Amino acid sequence: MLQSNVPSGPLADKWTNRKNELLLVNPANRRKYTVLVVGTGLAGASAAAALGEQGYNVKSFCISDSPRRAHSIAAQGGINAAKNYTNDGDSVFRLFYDTIKGGDFRAREANVFRLAEISNLIIDHCVAQGIPFAREYGGLLANRSFGGAQVSRTFYARGQTGQQLLLGAYGALLRQAAAGRVTLLPRREMLDLIVADGRACGILARNLVTGALESYAGDAVLLCTGGYGNAYYLSTNAMNSNVTAAWRCYKRGAFFANPCFTQIHPTCIPVSGHYQSKLTLMSESLRNDGRVWVPKKPGDDRPPRLIPEDERDYYLERKYPSFGNLVPRDVASRNAKAVCDEGRGVGPTGRAVYLDFADAIARDGKAAIEKKYGNLFAMYEKITAQNPYETPMMIYPAIHYTMGGLWVDYNLMTTIPGLFALGEANFSDHGANRLGASALMQGLADGYFIIPYTLPDYLAQKGPGTVSTDHPAFKEAREKVEQDVGALLSIKGERTVDDIHRELGRIMWEYCGMSRNDEGLKTALEQIPKLREEFWQNVRVPGKAADFNQALEKAGRVADFLEFGELLAKDALARRESCGGHFNEAFQTEENEALRDDENFCHVAAWEYRGEGEEPGRHEEPLVFENVHLTQRSYK
Amino acid sequence: MTGTMNLTLLVWRQAGTSDKGRLVSYEARDISPDMSFLEMLDVVNEGLTQKGEEPIAFDHDCREGICGMCGAVVNGRAHGAEKGTTLCQLHMRHFSDGDVIYIEPWRSRAFPVVKDLVVDRSALDRIFMAGGYISVNTGQAPEANTIPVPPEKAETAMDAAACIGCGACVAACPNASAMLFVCAKVSQLAILPQGRPEAARRVLAMIRKMDEEKFGNCGNERECEAECPKEISISHIARANREYIKAVLGSREK
Repeated sequence: MLQSNVPSGPLADKWTNRKNELLLVNPANRRKYTVLVVGTGLAGASAAAALGEQGYNVKSFCISDSPRRAHSIAAQGGINAAKNYTNDGDSVFRLFYDTIKGGDFRAREANVFRLAEISNLIIDHCVAQGIPFAREYGGLLANRSFGGAQVSRTFYARGQTGQQLLLGAYGALLRQAAAGRVTLLPRREMLDLIVADGRACGILARNLVTGALESYAGDAVLLCTGGYGNAYYLSTNAMNSNVTAAWRCYKRGAFFANPCFTQIHPTCIPVSGHYQSKLTLMSESLRNDGRVWVPKKPGDDRPPRLIPEDERDYYLERKYPSFGNLVPRDVASRNAKAVCDEGRGVGPTGRAVYLDFADAIARDGKAAIEKKYGNLFAMYEKITAQNPYETPMMIYPAIHYTMGGLWVDYNLMTTIPGLFALGEANFSDHGANRLGASALMQGLADGYFIIPYTLPDYLAQKGPGTVSTDHPAFKEAREKVEQDVGALLSIKGERTVDDIHRELGRIMWEYCGMSRNDEGLKTALEQIPKLREEFWQNVRVPGKAADFNQALEKAGRVADFLEFGELLAKDALARRESCGGHFNEAFQTEENEALRDDENFCHVAAWEYRGEGEEPGRHEEPLVFENVHLTQRSYK
Repeated sequence: MTGTMNLTLLVWRQAGTSDKGRLVSYEARDISPDMSFLEMLDVVNEGLTQKGEEPIAFDHDCREGICGMCGAVVNGRAHGAEKGTTLCQLHMRHFSDGDVIYIEPWRSRAFPVVKDLVVDRSALDRIFMAGGYISVNTGQAPEANTIPVPPEKAETAMDAAACIGCGACVAACPNASAMLFVCAKVSQLAILPQGRPEAARRVLAMIRKMDEEKFGNCGNERECEAECPKEISISHIARANREYIKAVLGSREK
């Protein structure tokens, strides 16, 4: 029943063929259509800007005070493209192949190929926008290498690539706002999707300053609201990142695909105390020059510089000689956990490994290292009060990116006509594990270069005209949200929202984290509903509904994480294999690598909401590989 | 790690834009030196919630110093006294047991208080809207390597582009001028060849908008540079001033 809607023809022609078939909307008619774009990260800002440029009437929503603050801004390392400027053998096919292999063959071939194809256009566009990418002495663009690839194809702006790309997209968005084609609606949180006559036709949003519920009707809704990593409480996500908008779409009929595909990033600053509110990522680009090691001897607590070379275990270089420190994120993370489980972890908690720059500094000089990573080293020193030029960094894996998301077809439309999902909010391009420097690429590909082609096709078929905000569907949604908000405020229990969120995070990390097993997943499936019940009986949310109320905002988001976490665990339990970021201990090779079951699980699992208290339905979209041969991933 | 500390906070509480605010005293107990300033406020807020009081409202998001969402005046200094640091990256190890800490929102006519420490910075978006971009439509761009950019220019542009739009420069300035914010963008795009065609129009439009939004004028006090969490140099103001003079005297832009 899931129609992936992938075009026919050879892989390399599919996107061109599709573009030739898609219906167009006449420039004079575009202003008759209203498009609601929720979220202003790379996907949302680029989509809203590109659609504004075409002449559509766009409304752009974000939860922050300004569209510029979306969490794409925190991406550090870079953005991939198949330019082959380094003449080291890169091509669109290789970028496609690395991405699909990195995703452990759990993504759609056609989508990933299109992403690789578009990658070069993104770099062209961003350079024209004035993004200050790193340059070689001759003034041409510089590249660096990144995990999961053997070519240098990553473009970067110091360690602030996400910030620069987002500010480019934000500028483009504001240019359209100045032209009157985009209306900016900051400090608005989408709390429901309005579906009428089987189509997405609006949203209900809470004005976060006044607390008022506002109705917005549109011809289509674009969900660009990022990932759900904060289900784990501690993650590298921003504090306000959440699953609420996507979850409420799921409850209105949009299928949720592969929620168990979560990415643990290997290079984060370790946890220091229970008050910890978030984890800070240190860009994966550091693994280009940093060497990962732990002492050979368990319990060796000498300072790192006093541990002689032959008593150190550079375990990634030892186990994976061809990729070394640049193995993909899932592999690096699991290996860090493994050495810590052996008692060889370092630092006060024993849950950390060293990332050492001594060799790189000796080889290239401190100035060269500072130029590449200066801001990251400064950030590390600020947080830990340790100087990474002198002493190795300590790192540990943390939840970072979520590959799962709303199921979309090749045109990025969800199972609800008129509702599209872009960027991290959808599931489509990264399979079971995302390669570094691919998230920025996907967000901008979806927003700048895919949705401007596929959305008009939907709009042209539908014809202009939005439903009135007096429609009963708006009224029903408003009553439901008012009821939920009222309920949260009236419980007046004993536990704060953060306290319960922290406990949910512990369950998720313990039982649905880096390494999973059936027993643990079943424990999570028992504990999460209990915690949810406690939340609805014992949470304390201060303040009023009609006010700027951050505790209330958080309470609504945690309520949704408490439902979503259960689906994640269910999905993990149902997938009887290991692949990429989903590692079930029962399915591993002799070398402790993820062991896929291509016979039975070479598919996308898309979950359907079937009502409160009902078991969700699990649908399968088979993944067909015509152009690549499925192999056991090996980075040796 | 050294022991924990107890602090007295004097926090600006204001229920809404039109309300009169006041400083309210709170005790922050058992604060670890490894906490960030915002984690310390989290702990205080947990305590207030438990007591049935309203927590202190403050904006924050990434907590790694890049989104620009957080910010408060701490003991009279925007983002606190540490150099090159946002409030979320200010750690409690820079304070001592028994300290009294004043915490106030950004003060500027252009930034009305929304609640407690939260202010409305949408004026910065409106300035950006006036010209903080290069006018290129999606699909128009030439091949990326068509125009070489010398690396030192790219680096200087990147220095300016590092602005996170937090508003500390405005809060620190005796005139509440947004010149560092405006000029960082003007300078970045004036340095890059891609930004030259619109350079004159951009600088005039952005400066005009800044004035309309009721920010003050630059008096070369250099407080902005001292407090900027990204340490953006006022040399970008100098460059933007040159651009401004060139635009007024040497272009047809109004």
